[in-house]
Amino acid sequence: MFDVLLKHMNYIAAMALFVIGLYTVLMHQNLIKKVIGINIMETSVFLFFVSIGMVQNGQAPIINLKDASVTYVNPIPSALILTGIVVAVSITAYSLSLIIQLYKQYGTLNLDEMVDEVEHD
Amino acid sequence: MKKLFVVTVLTLLFLILVYSVLEMPDFASLNSPAYNDLAHYYVANATEEAHATNVIAAIITDYRAFDTLGETTVLFASILAVTSVLMGKKHE
Amino acid sequence: MNDLIVKTIVRWVIPFIQLFGVYVVFYGHVSFGGGFSGGALIGASLILYAITFGLKASKKMVPHKRSQWMESLGILWYIALGLVGIYTSAYFLGNKAAGFYMGEAGQLLSAGIIPLLTIGIGVKVASTMITLFQKLVEENEDV
Repeated sequence: MFDVLLKHMNYIAAMALFVIGLYTVLMHQNLIKKVIGINIMETSVFLFFVSIGMVQNGQAPIINLKDASVTYVNPIPSALILTGIVVAVSITAYSLSLIIQLYKQYGTLNLDEMVDEVEHD
Repeated sequence: MKKLFVVTVLTLLFLILVYSVLEMPDFASLNSPAYNDLAHYYVANATEEAHATNVIAAIITDYRAFDTLGETTVLFASILAVTSVLMGKKHE
Repeated sequence: MNDLIVKTIVRWVIPFIQLFGVYVVFYGHVSFGGGFSGGALIGASLILYAITFGLKASKKMVPHKRSQWMESLGILWYIALGLVGIYTSAYFLGNKAAGFYMGEAGQLLSAGIIPLLTIGIGVKVASTMITLFQKLVEENEDV
């Protein structure tokens, strides 16, 4: 049992990070903290994706021209996850700009207070 | 109360996720289905076809350069979105 | 921020960060790195400057007009290089078939289109980072 857990350590860590991020998104009413939670979830997905590409005794895929017997790590997940990182940055910037506008409108970052203010009007 | 509920649900979710992840091939195994012919092809042919020793650079700017064009477009669109959102006046 | 130690150290450190960023961009095809990581390094150094010396100094160093031009030029350079492939009767963003100088693998001047595209991506990413930071910060100043 313990051996099986140890052999999937990276995947389990990625899942734990995902759940931590989801907890942050659900439990905190501060919008900035929600964005941080979403970023933690994104990071967990990147960790999971890159872990899939790992190979035993593998080296980073910079081809060694002198030694042909080296095993290289799977390059495809590392190349594809770049798209994910770019999208994550864009989403973060966009949600921060929306939060700035919300703060201007309501004068608070707390979601509960915002809902109260809307219901009072 | 709400905290207890959320923690219970998330623990259950974590256990389900770990249970499904344990069915995957071992971490860093050579027989992983992700380490297939395509990965071998890229590693073997990147230096001859793209003349770049960095396989990842060869993938993102030669084999899949169109994908990278999309990525830069995403960055452009994000600036466009941020600018247009921040330009709005306060609603009275 | 009005701290002499921070200002002095940042003034000394920024050129080295930018030099490393330029190195990562230019050697993207033969060693670790590439356009995204090198551009992120340069953008981070510009953000560090903005944090330390304030928004006014940062805007003097990288005005909106300049960063806008950099962004547009980055993406247009990318598309123009792709169109070269069509002009030489290969496919869009073609590399070897479009007749770029391929050189010998492992050399700095090699790999045809790859370093050129990497430079475009680096410029684009760096200017995007500093523009987003300036936009988000300048909005908060008058709140």
